[in-house]
Amino acid sequence: MNLIHFFLAHRLEIADSTGEHLWLVLISMLLAIAAGVPLGIAVTRKPWLSKPILGSANVAETIPSLALFGFLLPVPWLGARAERLAIATLALYALLPIIRNTVAGIKGVDASVREAAQAMGMTGSQILFRVELPLALPVLLAGIRIAAVWTIGIATIAAAVGAGGLGEFIFRGLAMVDNRLILAGAIPAALLAIFADIVLGLLERRLARVRS
Amino acid sequence: MVEAAAPVIQFHEALYRRGEAIILQNLSFAVQPGETLVLLGRSGSGKTTALKLVNRLLEPYAGEVLVEGRATTAWNPILLRRRIGYVIQEVGLFPHFTVEKNVGLIPDLEKWPAQRRAERVKEMLRTVGLEPSQFASRYPHELSGGQRQRTGVARALAGDPPILLMDEPFGALDPLTRAEVQNEFLAIQRKLAKTIIFVTHDVHEALIFGTRIALLESGALAGIYAPQEFLRASDPLAAAYVATLQKSPIAIPQQRGIS
Repeated sequence: MNLIHFFLAHRLEIADSTGEHLWLVLISMLLAIAAGVPLGIAVTRKPWLSKPILGSANVAETIPSLALFGFLLPVPWLGARAERLAIATLALYALLPIIRNTVAGIKGVDASVREAAQAMGMTGSQILFRVELPLALPVLLAGIRIAAVWTIGIATIAAAVGAGGLGEFIFRGLAMVDNRLILAGAIPAALLAIFADIVLGLLERRLARVRS
Repeated sequence: MVEAAAPVIQFHEALYRRGEAIILQNLSFAVQPGETLVLLGRSGSGKTTALKLVNRLLEPYAGEVLVEGRATTAWNPILLRRRIGYVIQEVGLFPHFTVEKNVGLIPDLEKWPAQRRAERVKEMLRTVGLEPSQFASRYPHELSGGQRQRTGVARALAGDPPILLMDEPFGALDPLTRAEVQNEFLAIQRKLAKTIIFVTHDVHEALIFGTRIALLESGALAGIYAPQEFLRASDPLAAAYVATLQKSPIAIPQQRGIS
Protein backbone atom coordinates (compact mmCIF):
# COMPACT_ATOMS: atom_id res chain seq x y z
CA MET A 1 0.00 0.00 0.00
CA ASN A 2 2.85 2.22 0.91
CA LEU A 3 4.33 1.94 -2.61
CA ILE A 4 1.03 2.57 -4.38
CA HIS A 5 0.45 5.69 -2.30
CA PHE A 6 3.94 6.85 -3.12
CA PHE A 7 3.39 6.27 -6.84
CA LEU A 8 0.07 8.09 -6.78
CA ALA A 9 1.53 11.02 -4.93
CA HIS A 10 4.37 11.32 -7.42
CA ARG A 11 2.39 10.38 -10.52
CA LEU A 12 3.00 13.68 -12.31
CA GLU A 13 6.71 13.52 -11.67
CA ILE A 14 6.82 9.90 -12.83
CA ALA A 15 4.86 10.73 -15.96
CA ASP A 16 7.22 13.61 -16.68
CA SER A 17 10.29 11.45 -16.32
CA THR A 18 8.72 8.70 -18.39
CA GLY A 19 8.10 11.26 -21.13
CA GLU A 20 11.71 12.43 -20.95
CA HIS A 21 12.90 8.86 -20.99
CA LEU A 22 10.81 8.00 -24.03
CA TRP A 23 12.01 11.13 -25.79
CA LEU A 24 15.67 10.22 -25.25
CA VAL A 25 15.04 6.69 -26.52
CA LEU A 26 12.98 7.79 -29.50
CA ILE A 27 15.47 10.36 -30.77
CA SER A 28 18.45 8.10 -30.30
CA MET A 29 16.63 5.19 -31.99
CA LEU A 30 15.74 7.38 -34.96
CA LEU A 31 19.36 8.48 -35.25
CA ALA A 32 20.60 4.91 -34.93
CA ILE A 33 18.19 3.70 -37.63
CA ALA A 34 19.04 6.63 -39.91
CA ALA A 35 22.74 5.79 -39.60
CA GLY A 36 22.60 2.02 -39.07
CA VAL A 37 20.46 0.99 -42.06
CA PRO A 38 22.61 2.81 -44.65
CA LEU A 39 25.75 1.49 -42.96
CA GLY A 40 24.34 -2.02 -43.09
CA ILE A 41 23.47 -1.60 -46.77
CA ALA A 42 27.00 -0.31 -47.42
CA VAL A 43 28.44 -3.45 -45.82
CA THR A 44 26.39 -5.68 -48.15
CA ARG A 45 27.58 -3.68 -51.17
CA LYS A 46 31.25 -3.38 -50.24
CA PRO A 47 32.32 -6.41 -48.24
CA TRP A 48 35.63 -4.78 -47.24
CA LEU A 49 33.60 -2.29 -45.18
CA SER A 50 32.35 -5.13 -43.01
CA LYS A 51 35.36 -5.25 -40.67
CA PRO A 52 35.72 -1.49 -40.03
CA ILE A 53 32.00 -0.81 -39.65
CA LEU A 54 30.91 -3.86 -37.67
CA GLY A 55 34.20 -3.73 -35.77
CA SER A 56 33.72 -0.17 -34.55
CA ALA A 57 30.09 -0.82 -33.68
CA ASN A 58 31.22 -3.86 -31.74
CA VAL A 59 33.84 -1.86 -29.86
CA ALA A 60 31.28 0.82 -28.94
CA GLU A 61 29.12 -1.99 -27.59
CA THR A 62 31.84 -3.26 -25.25
CA ILE A 63 32.49 0.09 -23.56
CA PRO A 64 30.55 0.31 -20.29
CA SER A 65 27.79 2.86 -20.78
CA LEU A 66 28.87 5.06 -17.91
CA ALA A 67 32.38 5.22 -19.36
CA LEU A 68 31.01 6.03 -22.81
CA PHE A 69 29.20 9.05 -21.36
CA GLY A 70 32.55 10.10 -19.92
CA PHE A 71 34.39 9.60 -23.20
CA LEU A 72 31.93 11.72 -25.15
CA LEU A 73 31.85 14.50 -22.55
CA PRO A 74 34.89 16.39 -23.99
CA VAL A 75 33.55 16.21 -27.58
CA PRO A 76 32.90 19.89 -28.43
CA TRP A 77 29.25 20.18 -29.48
CA LEU A 78 28.05 16.89 -28.02
CA GLY A 79 29.38 17.41 -24.53
CA ALA A 80 27.87 20.88 -24.20
CA ARG A 81 24.38 19.65 -23.28
CA ALA A 82 23.44 16.63 -21.23
CA GLU A 83 20.64 15.52 -23.60
CA ARG A 84 22.94 15.59 -26.62
CA LEU A 85 25.49 13.54 -24.78
CA ALA A 86 22.88 11.03 -23.67
CA ILE A 87 21.32 10.74 -27.12
CA ALA A 88 24.69 10.25 -28.81
CA THR A 89 25.64 7.52 -26.34
CA LEU A 90 22.34 5.70 -26.67
CA ALA A 91 22.44 5.93 -30.47
CA LEU A 92 25.92 4.38 -30.47
CA TYR A 93 24.62 1.46 -28.42
CA ALA A 94 21.61 0.97 -30.66
CA LEU A 95 23.77 0.97 -33.78
CA LEU A 96 25.21 -2.54 -33.63
CA PRO A 97 22.02 -4.63 -33.65
CA ILE A 98 20.57 -2.42 -36.36
CA ILE A 99 23.61 -2.66 -38.65
CA ARG A 100 23.99 -6.36 -38.00
CA ASN A 101 20.37 -7.19 -38.73
CA THR A 102 20.26 -5.00 -41.83
CA VAL A 103 23.20 -6.99 -43.17
CA ALA A 104 21.71 -10.33 -42.13
CA GLY A 105 18.32 -9.43 -43.58
CA ILE A 106 19.69 -8.42 -46.97
CA LYS A 107 22.08 -11.34 -47.13
CA GLY A 108 19.19 -13.63 -46.29
CA VAL A 109 17.34 -12.71 -49.48
CA ASP A 110 17.24 -15.79 -51.69
CA ALA A 111 20.01 -15.70 -54.31
CA SER A 112 17.61 -16.75 -57.06
CA VAL A 113 15.30 -13.83 -56.21
CA ARG A 114 18.17 -11.38 -56.49
CA GLU A 115 19.37 -12.98 -59.70
CA ALA A 116 15.90 -12.81 -61.23
CA ALA A 117 15.60 -9.15 -60.25
CA GLN A 118 18.93 -8.37 -61.83
CA ALA A 119 18.18 -10.36 -64.97
CA MET A 120 14.88 -8.53 -65.41
CA GLY A 121 16.79 -5.30 -65.76
CA MET A 122 16.04 -3.78 -62.37
CA THR A 123 18.54 -1.10 -61.41
CA GLY A 124 20.57 -1.36 -58.22
CA SER A 125 18.29 0.99 -56.33
CA GLN A 126 15.15 -0.76 -57.61
CA ILE A 127 16.53 -4.06 -56.36
CA LEU A 128 17.35 -2.48 -53.01
CA PHE A 129 14.08 -0.68 -52.40
CA ARG A 130 11.61 -3.03 -54.08
CA VAL A 131 13.17 -6.39 -53.32
CA GLU A 132 15.97 -6.49 -50.77
CA LEU A 133 14.75 -4.05 -48.11
CA PRO A 134 11.12 -5.24 -48.12
CA LEU A 135 12.30 -8.83 -47.79
CA ALA A 136 14.84 -7.89 -45.10
CA LEU A 137 12.26 -5.95 -43.11
CA PRO A 138 11.28 -8.64 -40.57
CA VAL A 139 14.94 -9.27 -39.69
CA LEU A 140 15.69 -5.55 -39.64
CA LEU A 141 12.73 -5.02 -37.34
CA ALA A 142 14.08 -7.68 -34.98
CA GLY A 143 17.29 -5.64 -34.76
CA ILE A 144 15.33 -2.49 -34.02
CA ARG A 145 13.41 -4.33 -31.31
CA ILE A 146 16.60 -5.53 -29.61
CA ALA A 147 18.09 -2.05 -29.85
CA ALA A 148 14.96 -0.43 -28.42
CA VAL A 149 14.89 -2.74 -25.40
CA TRP A 150 18.58 -2.11 -24.67
CA THR A 151 18.24 1.62 -25.15
CA ILE A 152 15.31 1.85 -22.76
CA GLY A 153 17.40 0.13 -20.11
CA ILE A 154 20.62 2.04 -20.70
CA ALA A 155 18.77 5.37 -20.84
CA THR A 156 18.33 5.14 -17.06
CA ILE A 157 22.06 5.82 -16.77
CA ALA A 158 21.62 9.08 -18.72
CA ALA A 159 20.48 10.61 -15.46
CA ALA A 160 24.07 10.31 -14.26
CA VAL A 161 25.08 13.09 -16.65
CA GLY A 162 21.93 15.07 -15.90
CA ALA A 163 19.94 14.19 -18.99
CA GLY A 164 16.83 13.32 -17.00
CA GLY A 165 14.59 10.33 -17.62
CA LEU A 166 13.54 7.58 -15.25
CA GLY A 167 17.11 7.15 -14.04
CA GLU A 168 16.63 10.31 -11.95
CA PHE A 169 14.46 8.34 -9.53
CA ILE A 170 16.86 5.45 -9.44
CA PHE A 171 19.92 7.60 -8.66
CA ARG A 172 18.00 9.64 -6.09
CA GLY A 173 16.70 6.45 -4.52
CA LEU A 174 20.20 5.03 -4.34
CA ALA A 175 21.54 8.22 -2.73
CA MET A 176 18.70 8.37 -0.22
CA VAL A 177 18.50 4.60 0.29
CA ASP A 178 14.81 4.75 -0.60
CA ASN A 179 13.51 1.67 -2.40
CA ARG A 180 10.27 3.40 -3.32
CA LEU A 181 12.19 5.96 -5.32
CA ILE A 182 14.26 3.29 -7.04
CA LEU A 183 11.11 1.39 -7.97
CA ALA A 184 9.47 4.58 -9.23
CA GLY A 185 12.20 4.64 -11.87
CA ALA A 186 12.74 0.93 -12.39
CA ILE A 187 9.14 -0.21 -12.79
CA PRO A 188 8.12 2.26 -15.51
CA ALA A 189 11.43 1.59 -17.33
CA ALA A 190 10.83 -2.14 -17.23
CA LEU A 191 7.23 -1.68 -18.42
CA LEU A 192 8.42 0.50 -21.30
CA ALA A 193 10.90 -2.15 -22.36
CA ILE A 194 8.32 -4.93 -22.20
CA PHE A 195 5.82 -2.82 -24.10
CA ALA A 196 8.33 -1.98 -26.85
CA ASP A 197 9.30 -5.64 -27.08
CA ILE A 198 5.72 -6.81 -27.47
CA VAL A 199 4.61 -4.16 -29.96
CA LEU A 200 7.67 -4.47 -32.21
CA GLY A 201 7.55 -8.25 -31.88
CA LEU A 202 3.95 -8.32 -33.09
CA LEU A 203 4.81 -6.12 -36.05
CA GLU A 204 7.74 -8.35 -36.90
CA ARG A 205 5.68 -11.54 -36.83
CA ARG A 206 2.98 -9.96 -38.93
CA LEU A 207 5.47 -8.96 -41.59
CA ALA A 208 7.17 -12.33 -41.52
CA ARG A 209 3.84 -14.08 -42.00
CA VAL A 210 2.90 -12.08 -45.09
CA ARG A 211 6.24 -12.83 -46.68
CA SER A 212 6.72 -16.53 -46.29
CA MET B 1 17.28 -12.37 -103.22
CA VAL B 2 17.41 -14.45 -100.09
CA GLU B 3 19.69 -13.05 -97.48
CA ALA B 4 20.74 -14.98 -94.42
CA ALA B 5 19.18 -13.28 -91.40
CA ALA B 6 21.67 -11.77 -88.98
CA PRO B 7 22.07 -13.95 -85.89
CA VAL B 8 20.35 -12.62 -82.79
CA ILE B 9 23.01 -13.94 -80.46
CA GLN B 10 26.57 -14.68 -81.40
CA PHE B 11 29.36 -16.08 -79.26
CA HIS B 12 32.74 -15.19 -80.63
CA GLU B 13 35.69 -16.96 -79.02
CA ALA B 14 34.12 -16.25 -75.64
CA LEU B 15 36.33 -17.22 -72.75
CA TYR B 16 35.29 -17.14 -69.13
CA ARG B 17 37.40 -17.93 -66.15
CA ARG B 18 36.87 -17.84 -62.42
CA GLY B 19 40.22 -17.32 -60.78
CA GLU B 20 42.53 -19.80 -62.43
CA ALA B 21 39.78 -22.14 -63.52
CA ILE B 22 38.64 -21.81 -67.11
CA ILE B 23 34.87 -22.27 -67.17
CA LEU B 24 34.30 -21.63 -70.87
CA GLN B 25 36.99 -21.89 -73.48
CA ASN B 26 36.71 -20.01 -76.77
CA LEU B 27 33.06 -20.68 -77.29
CA SER B 28 31.75 -19.72 -80.75
CA PHE B 29 28.26 -20.24 -82.08
CA ALA B 30 25.35 -18.22 -83.40
CA VAL B 31 21.65 -18.33 -82.66
CA GLN B 32 19.36 -17.40 -85.54
CA PRO B 33 16.07 -15.48 -85.15
CA GLY B 34 13.23 -17.70 -84.00
CA GLU B 35 15.53 -20.59 -83.26
CA THR B 36 15.69 -22.57 -80.04
CA LEU B 37 19.26 -23.54 -79.38
CA VAL B 38 19.60 -26.10 -76.62
CA LEU B 39 22.80 -26.13 -74.61
CA LEU B 40 23.13 -29.71 -73.49
CA GLY B 41 25.78 -30.83 -71.07
CA ARG B 42 26.39 -32.30 -67.67
CA SER B 43 26.55 -30.29 -64.46
CA GLY B 44 29.62 -28.08 -64.43
CA SER B 45 29.98 -28.07 -68.22
CA GLY B 46 29.52 -24.29 -68.29
CA LYS B 47 25.96 -24.15 -69.65
CA THR B 48 24.67 -21.71 -67.07
CA THR B 49 27.77 -19.55 -67.37
CA ALA B 50 27.26 -19.34 -71.14
CA LEU B 51 23.67 -18.24 -70.54
CA LYS B 52 24.71 -15.53 -68.10
CA LEU B 53 27.12 -14.11 -70.64
CA VAL B 54 24.15 -13.32 -72.88
CA ASN B 55 22.31 -11.04 -70.44
CA ARG B 56 25.55 -9.78 -68.98
CA LEU B 57 25.11 -11.23 -65.53
CA LEU B 58 28.68 -12.22 -66.36
CA GLU B 59 31.13 -10.69 -68.81
CA PRO B 60 33.55 -12.68 -70.96
CA TYR B 61 37.17 -12.60 -69.91
CA ALA B 62 38.20 -12.64 -73.55
CA GLY B 63 36.31 -12.74 -76.83
CA GLU B 64 32.82 -11.38 -76.99
CA VAL B 65 29.14 -12.17 -77.01
CA LEU B 66 27.03 -10.17 -79.45
CA VAL B 67 23.33 -9.58 -78.94
CA GLU B 68 21.56 -8.13 -81.95
CA GLY B 69 24.95 -7.38 -83.42
CA ARG B 70 26.32 -5.47 -80.45
CA ALA B 71 28.75 -6.74 -77.82
CA THR B 72 27.05 -7.22 -74.44
CA THR B 73 29.72 -5.05 -72.85
CA ALA B 74 28.71 -2.21 -75.21
CA TRP B 75 25.04 -2.51 -74.19
CA ASN B 76 23.51 -0.65 -71.30
CA PRO B 77 22.90 -3.73 -69.11
CA ILE B 78 19.44 -2.56 -68.08
CA LEU B 79 18.28 -2.09 -71.69
CA LEU B 80 19.91 -5.35 -72.72
CA ARG B 81 18.12 -7.30 -69.99
CA ARG B 82 14.76 -5.77 -70.83
CA ARG B 83 15.07 -7.41 -74.26
CA ILE B 84 15.79 -10.80 -72.71
CA GLY B 85 13.38 -12.92 -70.69
CA TYR B 86 15.07 -15.13 -68.09
CA VAL B 87 13.62 -18.29 -66.61
CA ILE B 88 15.57 -20.32 -64.07
CA GLN B 89 14.98 -23.57 -62.26
CA GLU B 90 14.53 -21.88 -58.88
CA VAL B 91 12.10 -19.45 -60.59
CA GLY B 92 13.06 -16.58 -58.27
CA LEU B 93 9.56 -15.20 -57.85
CA PHE B 94 9.40 -12.24 -55.48
CA PRO B 95 7.87 -13.75 -52.34
CA HIS B 96 6.39 -10.43 -51.19
CA PHE B 97 4.59 -9.80 -54.49
CA THR B 98 1.36 -11.40 -55.66
CA VAL B 99 1.36 -13.37 -58.91
CA GLU B 100 -0.11 -10.31 -60.61
CA LYS B 101 2.66 -8.03 -59.36
CA ASN B 102 5.34 -10.56 -60.22
CA VAL B 103 4.11 -10.96 -63.78
CA GLY B 104 3.45 -7.24 -64.17
CA LEU B 105 6.86 -6.17 -62.90
CA ILE B 106 8.55 -5.44 -66.22
CA PRO B 107 5.53 -3.61 -67.65
CA ASP B 108 5.56 -1.66 -64.37
CA LEU B 109 9.28 -0.87 -64.66
CA GLU B 110 8.65 0.14 -68.27
CA LYS B 111 5.87 2.44 -67.00
CA TRP B 112 3.03 0.97 -69.01
CA PRO B 113 -0.38 2.51 -68.23
CA ALA B 114 -2.16 0.56 -65.49
CA GLN B 115 -4.92 -0.80 -67.70
CA ARG B 116 -2.61 -2.09 -70.40
CA ARG B 117 -0.48 -3.66 -67.70
CA ALA B 118 -3.46 -5.42 -66.12
CA GLU B 119 -4.56 -6.75 -69.50
CA ARG B 120 -1.08 -7.95 -70.27
CA VAL B 121 -0.87 -9.81 -66.96
CA LYS B 122 -4.16 -11.58 -67.66
CA GLU B 123 -3.11 -12.44 -71.17
CA MET B 124 0.20 -13.87 -69.96
CA LEU B 125 -1.40 -15.90 -67.16
CA ARG B 126 -3.84 -17.44 -69.65
CA THR B 127 -0.96 -18.15 -72.01
CA VAL B 128 0.72 -20.28 -69.36
CA GLY B 129 -2.53 -21.93 -68.31
CA LEU B 130 -3.26 -20.08 -65.07
CA GLU B 131 -6.76 -18.66 -64.69
CA PRO B 132 -6.24 -14.98 -63.70
CA SER B 133 -9.33 -14.76 -61.46
CA GLN B 134 -8.02 -17.72 -59.49
CA PHE B 135 -4.29 -16.97 -59.34
CA ALA B 136 -3.65 -13.23 -59.81
CA SER B 137 -3.93 -12.34 -56.13
CA ARG B 138 -2.05 -15.34 -54.73
CA TYR B 139 1.42 -15.15 -53.26
CA PRO B 140 4.18 -17.46 -54.52
CA HIS B 141 4.06 -19.58 -51.36
CA GLU B 142 0.43 -20.36 -52.16
CA LEU B 143 1.36 -21.98 -55.48
CA SER B 144 2.49 -25.49 -56.39
CA GLY B 145 5.86 -26.01 -58.07
CA GLY B 146 4.30 -26.21 -61.52
CA GLN B 147 2.21 -23.10 -60.95
CA ARG B 148 5.27 -21.25 -59.74
CA GLN B 149 7.23 -22.20 -62.83
CA ARG B 150 4.32 -21.18 -65.05
CA THR B 151 4.25 -17.82 -63.29
CA GLY B 152 7.98 -17.50 -63.90
CA VAL B 153 7.47 -18.09 -67.62
CA ALA B 154 4.60 -15.57 -67.69
CA ARG B 155 6.80 -13.03 -65.93
CA ALA B 156 9.62 -13.52 -68.43
CA LEU B 157 7.23 -13.11 -71.37
CA ALA B 158 5.31 -10.10 -70.00
CA GLY B 159 7.56 -7.46 -71.50
CA ASP B 160 7.43 -9.29 -74.87
CA PRO B 161 11.20 -9.67 -75.13
CA PRO B 162 12.51 -11.02 -78.46
CA ILE B 163 14.96 -13.29 -76.65
CA LEU B 164 14.37 -15.89 -73.96
CA LEU B 165 17.02 -17.56 -71.81
CA MET B 166 15.92 -20.67 -69.95
CA ASP B 167 18.12 -22.44 -67.42
CA GLU B 168 16.76 -25.93 -66.70
CA PRO B 169 13.37 -24.32 -66.21
CA PHE B 170 11.48 -27.56 -65.65
CA GLY B 171 14.23 -29.47 -63.88
CA ALA B 172 12.75 -29.24 -60.39
CA LEU B 173 9.25 -30.42 -61.31
CA ASP B 174 7.87 -33.91 -60.76
CA PRO B 175 7.69 -35.97 -63.99
CA LEU B 176 3.96 -35.56 -64.60
CA THR B 177 3.91 -31.83 -63.96
CA ARG B 178 7.08 -31.48 -66.01
CA ALA B 179 5.46 -33.19 -69.00
CA GLU B 180 2.43 -30.91 -68.67
CA VAL B 181 4.45 -27.72 -68.45
CA GLN B 182 6.74 -28.90 -71.26
CA ASN B 183 3.75 -29.42 -73.55
CA GLU B 184 2.39 -26.02 -72.70
CA PHE B 185 5.72 -24.42 -73.33
CA LEU B 186 6.00 -26.22 -76.66
CA ALA B 187 2.76 -24.53 -77.72
CA ILE B 188 4.03 -21.16 -76.47
CA GLN B 189 7.29 -21.66 -78.32
CA ARG B 190 5.45 -22.33 -81.61
CA LYS B 191 3.06 -19.43 -81.14
CA LEU B 192 5.50 -16.73 -80.07
CA ALA B 193 8.56 -17.60 -82.18
CA LYS B 194 11.07 -16.14 -79.73
CA THR B 195 14.76 -16.65 -80.10
CA ILE B 196 15.57 -19.01 -77.26
CA ILE B 197 18.63 -20.47 -75.61
CA PHE B 198 17.54 -23.40 -73.51
CA VAL B 199 19.90 -25.01 -71.03
CA THR B 200 19.28 -28.58 -69.94
CA HIS B 201 21.05 -31.78 -68.99
CA ASP B 202 18.06 -33.81 -70.11
CA VAL B 203 18.57 -35.19 -73.60
CA HIS B 204 14.86 -35.91 -73.95
CA GLU B 205 14.05 -32.26 -73.29
CA ALA B 206 16.80 -31.19 -75.69
CA LEU B 207 15.20 -33.21 -78.47
CA ILE B 208 11.71 -31.89 -77.74
CA PHE B 209 12.59 -28.20 -77.76
CA GLY B 210 15.76 -27.76 -79.77
CA THR B 211 15.93 -26.67 -83.36
CA ARG B 212 19.61 -27.34 -82.79
CA ILE B 213 21.48 -28.93 -79.95
CA ALA B 214 24.85 -27.61 -78.85
CA LEU B 215 26.78 -30.16 -76.84
CA LEU B 216 28.95 -28.67 -74.15
CA GLU B 217 31.67 -30.58 -72.31
CA SER B 218 34.17 -29.11 -69.85
CA GLY B 219 33.49 -25.58 -71.06
CA ALA B 220 34.07 -26.36 -74.72
CA LEU B 221 31.69 -26.91 -77.58
CA ALA B 222 31.71 -30.59 -78.61
CA GLY B 223 29.42 -30.07 -81.57
CA ILE B 224 26.15 -28.57 -82.78
CA TYR B 225 23.52 -30.86 -84.27
CA ALA B 226 20.00 -30.74 -85.58
CA PRO B 227 17.91 -33.18 -83.50
CA GLN B 228 17.86 -35.79 -86.27
CA GLU B 229 21.61 -35.50 -86.75
CA PHE B 230 22.14 -35.73 -83.05
CA LEU B 231 20.54 -39.17 -82.96
CA ARG B 232 22.92 -40.44 -85.66
CA ALA B 233 26.00 -38.52 -84.56
CA SER B 234 29.21 -40.51 -84.47
CA ASP B 235 30.74 -38.31 -81.79
CA PRO B 236 31.13 -40.57 -78.75
CA LEU B 237 29.68 -37.99 -76.35
CA ALA B 238 26.56 -37.48 -78.47
CA ALA B 239 26.28 -41.23 -78.87
CA ALA B 240 26.52 -41.65 -75.11
CA TYR B 241 23.61 -39.24 -74.64
CA VAL B 242 21.60 -41.04 -77.30
CA ALA B 243 22.34 -44.36 -75.64
CA THR B 244 20.58 -43.13 -72.49
CA LEU B 245 17.43 -42.88 -74.59
CA GLN B 246 17.47 -46.50 -75.68
CA LYS B 247 15.77 -47.62 -72.50
CA SER B 248 12.83 -45.33 -73.18
CA PRO B 249 12.49 -44.60 -76.87
CA ILE B 250 10.62 -41.43 -77.74
CA ALA B 251 9.22 -39.92 -80.86
CA ILE B 252 11.04 -36.85 -82.05
CA PRO B 253 9.00 -34.10 -83.58
CA GLN B 254 9.56 -33.52 -87.27
CA GLN B 255 12.53 -31.27 -87.92
CA ARG B 256 11.30 -27.78 -87.27
CA GLY B 257 12.70 -25.30 -89.75
CA ILE B 258 13.93 -21.88 -88.86
CA SER B 259 11.35 -19.41 -89.96
